[in-house]
Amino acid sequence: MSAPAQQIHAIPGPNDIVRKTLPNGIVILVRSNFNSASVVISGYIAVGSQYDPPEKLGLAHYTARCLMRGTAHSSFQEMYDRLESAGASLGFGASVHTTSFGGRALSEDLPLLLSTLAESLIEPSFPVDQVNRLKSQMLTSLAIRSQSTQEMAAIEFDALLFPDHPYGRPEDGYTETISVITRRDLIDFHHTLFHPAGMVIVVVGAVHPEQVFDIVEKHFSHWKKLPPPAPPLHPVITPPQQEIVKHVVIPGKSQSDLVMGTLGPKRKDPVYLAASLGNSILGQFGLMGRIGDSVREKAGLAYYASTSLNAWRDSGSWEVSAGINPGNVARAAALITSELRRFTSELVTAEELTDNQNNYIGRMPLSLESNSGVANSILNLERFNLGLDYLQRYPSLIRAVTREQVLEAARMYIDPDNLVIVSAGPDGRTG
Amino acid sequence: MGDTIKEYILENGLKILLSEVHTAPIISHWVWYRVGSRYELPGQTGISHWVEHMQFKGTPTFPAGVLDKAISRDGGMWNAFTHLDWTTFFETVPSDKVDLALSLEADRMVNSLFDPMEVESERTVVISEREGSENDPLFLLDEAVQTAAFEEHPYKHEVIGSLADLRAISRTDLYTHYRKHYNPSNAVIAVAGNFNSAQLLEKLAAIYAQLPGQVVAPPVNGREDSQRSERKVDVYGPGETTYLQIAYHAPAAREEDFFAFTILDSLLTGPSSLNMFGGGSISNKTSRLYRRLLENEFAVSVNGSLQATYDPYLYNISITVRPEHNAETVLAQVDAELGVLLNTPVSQAEVDRAAKQARALFVYGSENITNRGFWLGYSEMFDRYDWFTRYTEKLAGVTPTDIHNIIEKYLVPDQRVVGIYHPEGERS
Repeated sequence: MSAPAQQIHAIPGPNDIVRKTLPNGIVILVRSNFNSASVVISGYIAVGSQYDPPEKLGLAHYTARCLMRGTAHSSFQEMYDRLESAGASLGFGASVHTTSFGGRALSEDLPLLLSTLAESLIEPSFPVDQVNRLKSQMLTSLAIRSQSTQEMAAIEFDALLFPDHPYGRPEDGYTETISVITRRDLIDFHHTLFHPAGMVIVVVGAVHPEQVFDIVEKHFSHWKKLPPPAPPLHPVITPPQQEIVKHVVIPGKSQSDLVMGTLGPKRKDPVYLAASLGNSILGQFGLMGRIGDSVREKAGLAYYASTSLNAWRDSGSWEVSAGINPGNVARAAALITSELRRFTSELVTAEELTDNQNNYIGRMPLSLESNSGVANSILNLERFNLGLDYLQRYPSLIRAVTREQVLEAARMYIDPDNLVIVSAGPDGRTG
Repeated sequence: MGDTIKEYILENGLKILLSEVHTAPIISHWVWYRVGSRYELPGQTGISHWVEHMQFKGTPTFPAGVLDKAISRDGGMWNAFTHLDWTTFFETVPSDKVDLALSLEADRMVNSLFDPMEVESERTVVISEREGSENDPLFLLDEAVQTAAFEEHPYKHEVIGSLADLRAISRTDLYTHYRKHYNPSNAVIAVAGNFNSAQLLEKLAAIYAQLPGQVVAPPVNGREDSQRSERKVDVYGPGETTYLQIAYHAPAAREEDFFAFTILDSLLTGPSSLNMFGGGSISNKTSRLYRRLLENEFAVSVNGSLQATYDPYLYNISITVRPEHNAETVLAQVDAELGVLLNTPVSQAEVDRAAKQARALFVYGSENITNRGFWLGYSEMFDRYDWFTRYTEKLAGVTPTDIHNIIEKYLVPDQRVVGIYHPEGERS
């Protein structure tokens, strides 16, 4: 059925991902793709919200938003005029461990993308009017967020699951914390913490590796700074010792959002792939897996009811989320708990596991067809030190997972009697 | 995109569009039906979308719960969407797994069961989907604006339908709607990816040729008198944030004015694309309304939305107002900017820049085969498939005079709806 595919790309691997480390610690990874006329960059620096003082939560996020608001060489409008005139884009965002960036352009504009990246990271000027304007925008966003049942349920869930830990705090802060951040705070955060060691830049598209290395070296080689002090020590993360139930009241809403769950494996945990396949069976495969089948298909309680396994550097979370009519939250929570009991007491069926293994392997070409899909995959390999051959080994790693390993992973993390259960919506009706 | 597209029409009226792309071992297969909210009568709003949901609830060959898993098992991605003029179902699969997608779509084109118990279960799911939308103030505002913008045309109703109709629609209503609109004459199959056209055409012909076709006209003639004076709607709800939505009547996609309007939107609110998958976006910080509204502290965001539709629809400008201002002040600023554009024509350089941005977004979108499959059939729903092959060329031909004419003809206060969402506590 398939036509000859001489131009079809192989799965990325050591033969076509080229990696170079600069003397200042910046790691560059390049994979060429001349089937496309564009180029994508993706990466991060090793500074994130874990450095935020709690009373100034959102500082990393605010700093990231300011980077393109003016630099030593360009005003805000000049920078955006260059990018937008070329049909290019670039943006920054902060999470717990990193400040990340992503950009795209036609391939001939790679020099523009990388020079803008360098200028923004190394020499932002934090213009007073831009800093103030951004603060207003962020405060309005927080006001809007406080009305979102989905976001408020997620924020409260994280806070209860990771008390006093950066994983439990929203990276965009709160109204009271953003309000007190000053321009001096932003300048100091950047000056003290931004540094090249641990920085990763991935470039995928119609470009040659040597071309990329030349441009990155031109713009970044002079950036020499010592790594900052280590972030403050965080509490040890422990699983919930009892069931925790909370309802966030947001009046005037037609639907409540429910988030329930517990800790999950960190990305490098040996059980991660078994947990991931288990999670797919539980709440993703087909129309949202077993959870979707129970809550949506059979009970008709929700348009969306699914699971997520979030695996980070130091820990993770295993969550079930659903949008439910306020009068049905308790019923939905009971159905979900019942599914979690089944998941942690019985082996998944052989058919379920095979179906999901086939799904994981079969969808690889779909996730790798675009430059951004490839760039994100390579960035993941580097972030978690998985190895450049990981994608090529991936099918055999997936096939090796057994039903017993899935059950072991489920039992290791999910205790249906000690879940965090959060809902957000009207009237104080709880889950 | 440089695609070579092959067009075939079977005897039963089924149109097939094929575009070979051999850069990835993937095929994206789309089935489009000419049915959406434009085909709905009052009392049955939301029925097309609900029928789309029922298409996942089983046939004798693929019972409920089997359909979705079948594609996922092969590593495929699938989904379905209902819009104003169309309903579509797609599967993107590894190229050696496409046969299942072909069989599945042909089967549910005519064999969906619409089991009464599944209908009732899905009623609450669709209502749940609507309730989720109602949580968003922008949905409430958009619904009020859309209702006010049209006196007669079915475009006045949201695709999700009203709560009253969702509670009242029966199984018979749904099944009748399905049998009327789901047939080969009312459908287009569009496939992009790694296949051989002759072989794929042979498979499609074998699967579909024996199904009878019947052309279907929309029940409503679609005529709408021109609006004669400005309409205002006020929506009240929870929160602290004021939103302004200005809706102007826009040309249909197949009218020549649509392309100049696209450029105007880009100049006013920033570049946007009609890509459904991939492609990303370009920021709007050098756009006219961003500079006037955000840099002068009137607003915290501005977005423009022009849809490609069969009949004339709406051009929406949505603005999040800064707390220290009111919506009327922001509206006056928008009018001031339109006044500037009328009195000082844009330059050809500005127009060319907008056309380049559109071209870049098109290039980015073409990396994604699902997106290429999408474009093929999408443009057939309001014009012909070559609407999209000529898209960037048409944009490149727009002139400053065209922009001036668009503003004079369409962006007229008497012909717009102004909607304001007031957070509770502002009600006087």
